[in-house]
Amino acid sequence: MIEPGLYHILFISAALFFIGIYGFLTRRNLITMLMSIELILNSVNLNFIAFNKYVWPDKMDGLFFTLFIIAIAAAEAAVAIAIIINLYRSHQSIDVENAEDLKY
Amino acid sequence: MNEFLTLMKSELVVTAIIFLLLFIKIGKGMKNDSLLSLVQVLLLVNFIAGFFLNSTGNLFGDMFYTNPLIAFQKNILSLGVYLISLLCADWLKKTQHLAEFFMLMLSALLGMFLMISSNNLLIFYLALELATIPVAAMANFDLDKKRSSEGAMKMILSSAFSSGILLFGISLLYGTTGTISFPEIAAQLDGSSVQILAFVFLFTAFAFKLSIVPFHLWTADVYEGSPIAVTSFLSVISKGSVAFIFITVLYKVFQPMQDVWYTMLVILAVATMVIGNLFALRQQNIKRFLAFSSIAQVGFILVGISSNDYMGITAVVYFVLIYVFSNLAAFGVASVISEHSGKENIDEYKGLYKTNPFLSWILALALFSLAGIPPTAGFFGKLFLLTAGGAKAAYWFITVAALNMIISLYYYLRVVRAIFMDKNDNPVGKIKISPSVKLALLICGAGIVLIGLLSWVYDHIHTLSFKL
Repeated sequence: MIEPGLYHILFISAALFFIGIYGFLTRRNLITMLMSIELILNSVNLNFIAFNKYVWPDKMDGLFFTLFIIAIAAAEAAVAIAIIINLYRSHQSIDVENAEDLKY
Repeated sequence: MNEFLTLMKSELVVTAIIFLLLFIKIGKGMKNDSLLSLVQVLLLVNFIAGFFLNSTGNLFGDMFYTNPLIAFQKNILSLGVYLISLLCADWLKKTQHLAEFFMLMLSALLGMFLMISSNNLLIFYLALELATIPVAAMANFDLDKKRSSEGAMKMILSSAFSSGILLFGISLLYGTTGTISFPEIAAQLDGSSVQILAFVFLFTAFAFKLSIVPFHLWTADVYEGSPIAVTSFLSVISKGSVAFIFITVLYKVFQPMQDVWYTMLVILAVATMVIGNLFALRQQNIKRFLAFSSIAQVGFILVGISSNDYMGITAVVYFVLIYVFSNLAAFGVASVISEHSGKENIDEYKGLYKTNPFLSWILALALFSLAGIPPTAGFFGKLFLLTAGGAKAAYWFITVAALNMIISLYYYLRVVRAIFMDKNDNPVGKIKISPSVKLALLICGAGIVLIGLLSWVYDHIHTLSFKL
């Protein structure tokens, strides 16, 4: 069995990042869109930890950054879900296709 | 300890106000009228306190950096928040959650202060989120309106998406340079393709926040959906603060890659001006109209940024100062009219001069300043931006910018014509303006007229940015 190296992890994180972007752009359900954003953030976390472990093992900036990203992601999800719940109350749905009052 | 207090004074004052509001809220509470007057006084104190004890220095192991120019930028933002608290007094008095509204707004302001002062990507990211998330909650402040929640949803999703992209860029930058501190990154940059990719990601995130053209689509929807107090905060304070930190990041961090970003900036500036103007031509709702006009104004700010020297910094700071007065005056008039008559369409503004001459003159002055007609301050702001942008001798670029000013003249004057010349059988009724709104509109009007004529304002900013 091969030992996983930096490139393996970078490949996974890049794949996660673009899966997240694809999901964000194609999904129509607000909760799923939020989940796609979480995928993007997790790919960034992977990136930071991999760089910290393999490239800059003596500089801990990457690990600390990861901790802060996790905290901020939770805060962001809290506000987003509050907004989505309020949207559900007025629109009776959390599908973006139904929230279309504002248009050109 | 003493250094800590003087360097962080603006942040500490804002934090103190937030805590005071929190204690008032969890304690006995206050009537909306008296609470609003208290907040207005505190914000005035916050603005005046910004003039004293400005020094240069680092804190928290180089994470936080401040100097007199940054203190001046923070002052512009505090002035904007103070004016908003005066201008939207009528709407604010009616809301049920006044204390929460100001807590959110001041948290966002605190985030912007930290963002302008940041000297490290970690604190920059944290401050950016602190400046964005509360604004999304504020956009939803009309809880029972469908449009408000839709606007807030669009805002939180697009800002979360853009900060994801920003973070991916930061992680690549960390991977190639091994540091997240601004000066150290600048020393490590070698222009490899991974770094260019990282820069493109960072630039995209900034473009989202500044609503530069391919990423501007959320702007108009959020502006139309939110209450006008939030819209004016978004369009003036948020834009201004992101423009300031954008300059720092481009000039300090990515200075070694200036060939790359100059080309990107020129292309996006042209696209932003042209598309912002063309969309503004066909808008009927005054908030949407001002949203697209603010997109076009961001294009002009990019022209100034492209100069890459202290002239550019001076021109942008000066323009943002003028932009605070002109845009807040326009939004203030729109807020008064929509609060008293519920009318937000430009057609419904016809014949406004007959019934409300004061509001009409202020709105006309603001629109002249946004269009850049002398002798209003907007003319001088645009003049300096284009002069700074012309430093690289890219004359076709400046010509395109100047031509865009002519297009913008058409739609600004369309509103002015509707107010002064068009006849209307059913105009907006006579509106009794409350004293605080009148005071704020007079301050804005005086700012629009005087800042262009008082040359020491420009000289002051020029000396501050020249010293850097």
